[in-house]
Amino acid sequence: MEHQSHSDQIPSGWSREIDLPSERGASRLVTEDLLEQLGNHGWSPSDIFSIHLAAEEAIVNGIVHGNQLDPAKKVHVSCLVSPELVRIEVTDEGAGFDPATVPDCTLEERLDVPSGRGVMLMRSFMTRIEYNAKGNSVVLEKKRAPAED
Amino acid sequence: MAAHRRIDVSKVGEVTVVKFVDKKILDEASIQELGVELFSLVEHDNRKSVLLNFSNVEFLSSAALGKLITLDRKVKAAKGRLKMSNIRPEIFEVFQITKLNKVFDIRKDEVEAISAF
Repeated sequence: MEHQSHSDQIPSGWSREIDLPSERGASRLVTEDLLEQLGNHGWSPSDIFSIHLAAEEAIVNGIVHGNQLDPAKKVHVSCLVSPELVRIEVTDEGAGFDPATVPDCTLEERLDVPSGRGVMLMRSFMTRIEYNAKGNSVVLEKKRAPAED
Repeated sequence: MAAHRRIDVSKVGEVTVVKFVDKKILDEASIQELGVELFSLVEHDNRKSVLLNFSNVEFLSSAALGKLITLDRKVKAAKGRLKMSNIRPEIFEVFQITKLNKVFDIRKDEVEAISAF
């Protein structure tokens, strides 16, 4: 399912909803358009990098950890891009997880553990990140920083 | 030496200089392949001094970070040395957030990195 529409709340924005297959590499089905739209809406290359990274981590988590690459399951992604705000919601069909139980990857004893950095990067690069109670859906938001005088 | 698809490998003196073929290191299959090629430099070719030059890299995901961490472990286990250079600011920020800049020996450019081996 895929459609494009204009949001009532953000009249100048771009929005898209798409169901991604639970396959490695499927994120590009939405991130390519997302990146183009971020540029069209005046986001800086640095912000685009941050948003791309956060979206990629959230979608890969949904495909690999949430749906465990099950071809019968989809990852639903909804995006809104305006000049002031980006909002990305990623929902998988997995059992969910408690993000509070993800160990802090920056602890001295965990610095050389190869995995577990995605959630921290999402938190650092976005203005807001919120999981639902089940832990199978995450909302990522980034607000444009005010221009410096 | 095995053929590489994800990396370009050259030698400067005793230092093995690795450049990445992909500008964006995010596709899971490519990252898997990248890991195999990087690890083989240490485990198969016995390279002891390895420099990863990121000049071509515009984007990498946390899965790629995992491969770099595993490579660092393998190099250290083989009593070799791993350094990194030419990392653009956005990617360096990823290293800072995850505190991997404390784990990896990161240098400004290739010349500085090679002279530090």
